[in-house]
Amino acid sequence: MALEVDIEKRLGSFHLRAAFSCGREFMGILGASGCGKSMTLKCIAGIEKPDRGRIVLDGRVLFDSEKRINLPPQQRRVGYLFQDYALFPGMTVRQNIQCGLHREKDKQKREKRSDDMLELLRLREVASLQPEALSGGQAQRAALGRILVNEPDLLMLDEPFSALDSFLRLKLQTELKALLTGYDRGILMVTHDRDEAFRMCERLGVMEQGQMQTVKGTKELFSDPETRAAAVLTGCKNIAEAQKTGEHEVAVPEWGIRLTTGKPVRDGLKAIGIRAHDFHPDTKENCFPVRILRETEEPFEWISEFRYEHQAAGSPAVWRRYPREFRTSEPPKQLGVAPADVLLLYE
Amino acid sequence: MDLFPLWNSLRIAAISSVIVFFTGIFAAYKVAKMPRIVKGILDVILTLPMVLPPTVCGYFLLLIFGARRPVGQFLMQFGIKIVMNWPGGVAAAVVVAFPLMYRTARGAFESFDQNLTWAGQTLGLSNTWIFWKVRMRACRQGILAGTVLAFARALGEYGATSMLIGYTPGRTATVSTTVYQLWRTNDEQGAFFWVMVNLAISAAVLLTVNMLEKKNGRLKWRSK
Repeated sequence: MALEVDIEKRLGSFHLRAAFSCGREFMGILGASGCGKSMTLKCIAGIEKPDRGRIVLDGRVLFDSEKRINLPPQQRRVGYLFQDYALFPGMTVRQNIQCGLHREKDKQKREKRSDDMLELLRLREVASLQPEALSGGQAQRAALGRILVNEPDLLMLDEPFSALDSFLRLKLQTELKALLTGYDRGILMVTHDRDEAFRMCERLGVMEQGQMQTVKGTKELFSDPETRAAAVLTGCKNIAEAQKTGEHEVAVPEWGIRLTTGKPVRDGLKAIGIRAHDFHPDTKENCFPVRILRETEEPFEWISEFRYEHQAAGSPAVWRRYPREFRTSEPPKQLGVAPADVLLLYE
Repeated sequence: MDLFPLWNSLRIAAISSVIVFFTGIFAAYKVAKMPRIVKGILDVILTLPMVLPPTVCGYFLLLIFGARRPVGQFLMQFGIKIVMNWPGGVAAAVVVAFPLMYRTARGAFESFDQNLTWAGQTLGLSNTWIFWKVRMRACRQGILAGTVLAFARALGEYGATSMLIGYTPGRTATVSTTVYQLWRTNDEQGAFFWVMVNLAISAAVLLTVNMLEKKNGRLKWRSK
């Protein structure tokens, strides 16, 4: 394992506890804003000091509260891409990139390496521009280039796309992913955007209120989030309290129904979740009469809000999303859910 | 026409500006990092000379550097005479101009984007390098403004200077003490000449600042 983290930090009433490891992979931490994910990165970088714990990178101890080890950020060899890219003002793109090459004493080699990086990141044309003249994507690449020439043992990305508008975001995500394919060191990204997390990361950890919860493969996390927080963060719209009533059956009092589940239900079940995409009129399982309250048209989809026949008064409507071409002239009288699509949530 | 007051004023203002430049920035940098209560107390102490009448500052300086005071006697052993001698003018100007540099530099430092420091640190750049190449460059507008204000204030210093070094033609006379002295002795023409000198210097200072700003272009960077 490349990076091992086990830290704790208190800040007023906020309590950060993060224990996880990250190999030579693209790992993500998914969490709402203010959940402590940036703080975790800052602790790894040495910008913030945890109250207790240990951080080890490739066998090097970066922080150990018991042994009183706390390396300054300069000695940690951890790259940090900031949300606003933090390019140095008053310096050109080339000069910014050369700041990452300060260990290279040979001037010719330094020029060569910065030129290569400018070429690789398609920044040659803007090499002599100042940061404020760059577009969002160019600024991001320049900041990334400055880190990559520095050759850190770990690359950390702090909400790298949040400063961009949504049109650019998708383009730059795929671009950055392609650029970092084959990168031979660990990458740790924090984000609050589930689509971004899904696109970029091989493995995901969910963080809620300073606590690092489930850590698993990205696809697994989306198909089985296990906790309420993970379900919400991965975009599950419908969550209702539930009780175990059988090996493969749960009761959902709020909706007045019982559901068959794909996975065996363990003890301690707290709630179930059903994604808005998983309701189908033709599915025979878990099929119950519904009443459609409202339908809203989206560019390529329809959203319908509905209630089950025996749904408790005052409980929020259930959300369904379906592709435009599945729309029928008559609204469906009943909707089913495949047992495998019933998410079992334990916390 | 004896131009000594001009030369004396310029050397006092130049030396005290250099001293204030470094001490003001150093104090601003340190105080900005202090916990809130300490910061509040230090801020009051360091800004006090700006709101105190300069004569009160002069009084305190006399208490410190007076010939019969410990510090004054100590300096006398090395042949350094502060009271009634032109270096006293530097001491007076430093005390009075310091808060201007300190406050403008602190304002600039407080609006400085901390991510820039962190980015530099994670790249392995030394704190000293980051301070001079990144922080000072990002804050240059505030620093420049502070330096000019301090220089102008030092150049025009009257109250503390007259308390500490008085007016001796050819030895301690500065432009502002000369204006007063000549006016007092009914030399209206002489006073007018030195008033014009003062105006010319001030205008030159402001012009220089404007040109510096134009050369640097409009300074802007992402505020956050």
